[in-house]
Amino acid sequence: MIRVVLPYHLRMLAQIGREVTLEVDGPATQRSVLDALEARHPVLRGTIRDQATQQRRPMIRFFAGGQDLSHESPDAPLPEAVASGAERLVVVGAISGG
Amino acid sequence: MTGVRVLVGTRKGAFVLTSDGKRQGWDVSGPHFGGWEIYHLKGSPVNPNRLYASQTSDWFGQVIQRSDDGGQTWEPVGNQFEYEGVPGTHQSIDGTPHPWEFTRVWHLEPSLVDADTVYAGVEDAALFRSTDGGQTWHEIAGLRGHSTGPQWQPGAGGLCLHTILLDPTGGERIFVAISAAGTFRTDDAGRTWRPVNRGLNSEYLPDPTAEIGHCIHRIAMHPSRPDVLFMQKHWDVMRSDDAGASWHEISGNLPSDFGFVVDVHAHEPDTVYVLPIKSDSEHYPPDGKLRVYRSRTGGNEWEALTNGLPQRDCYVNVLRDAMAVDMLDPCGVYFGTTGGQIYASADAGDSWVSIVRDLPKVLSVEVQTLP
Repeated sequence: MIRVVLPYHLRMLAQIGREVTLEVDGPATQRSVLDALEARHPVLRGTIRDQATQQRRPMIRFFAGGQDLSHESPDAPLPEAVASGAERLVVVGAISGG
Repeated sequence: MTGVRVLVGTRKGAFVLTSDGKRQGWDVSGPHFGGWEIYHLKGSPVNPNRLYASQTSDWFGQVIQRSDDGGQTWEPVGNQFEYEGVPGTHQSIDGTPHPWEFTRVWHLEPSLVDADTVYAGVEDAALFRSTDGGQTWHEIAGLRGHSTGPQWQPGAGGLCLHTILLDPTGGERIFVAISAAGTFRTDDAGRTWRPVNRGLNSEYLPDPTAEIGHCIHRIAMHPSRPDVLFMQKHWDVMRSDDAGASWHEISGNLPSDFGFVVDVHAHEPDTVYVLPIKSDSEHYPPDGKLRVYRSRTGGNEWEALTNGLPQRDCYVNVLRDAMAVDMLDPCGVYFGTTGGQIYASADAGDSWVSIVRDLPKVLSVEVQTLP
């Protein structure tokens, strides 16, 4: 079980709570977790990563266990603590704007 | 009973304002999609309860919302806008080639004959169409594929397609306007396009009368006279009597011919409204006075409409999609400001009241006249 925390606006858009739990087939990676998230909540397609290129949107970051995982390969295994559900994968919107 | 519904897009959400035919008391609903930029909302002329909204964010990208109950409830629909083929490049603001890149939907224009068909004007400039109520979007690629496409450059607001005028006679003609590429027209439902900018003069271009490169802020048409167009260019208020083939200036006695909005009275095709802004460097009204100007002669002769509008210390702007008219008699006129005020006139501009005063920065205003 993977635990994902979404920023306020995406929770409102998908009409879900702060934390989403997901089951992922195969290794837990950024890509497989986001695939599972978007399959569960299709309205989130395009809001975290570009639908065509699959690239992370520039003002989105992925944090877990005190680490910034944003620049890891989307296909790199997530830390074991995230894969086991002990740690949450936090999707963060940049602190900017007004 | 006849009524009106004013659809307001702001920098922090959408608002729906409703009134009966008297247009004296108003109900305000919102914010819808609080915290998101709502560039534009518009209702279908075929089914007034069908609304489309462009919800956008620098963080989370583009969402399209649809309502089938006049804005009481909303449903996200398709948000995938992919350019047709290999996108190529346009000119960036520094003049170097830049790959075409979708950023947001500036304007949604529902079809005049089918509630499930809606056009979207986007940044970087392109025209998309959905025929399934916004679920899927397909580029009308002939526009961006015009031979001048690689030369198009953004204005300060981005390379945006912000105006879409559909043929009120049911034909295949469409006008679009792009900042800062110019006005384009198709006569075959989008397969082929041509720039229609002859007569425009823009001192910020190396060739002021070039075929493209003009920063068009807004175009308006009265449905009874589809060959007559009114334009607020960056500077200059212009008119065409031949469907854009040629333009002539009608700025006349305006205190400034810079501005963003232009609109036409619902029942008088020669009654035109603009809202002069001091300059492109200042972006506020001349002399701190918020004045709508009305011409009853199709341009050149303008009268200031000030009754009910602030006539001192007013330094707001009115953006290009933020003026609209209703279909009642007398015609109602509405506009929204960057200071968050929505002003309404129920007597064709003779007097004004503010419906609401403290919304977020207003990006767009549309009006529906309800049966």
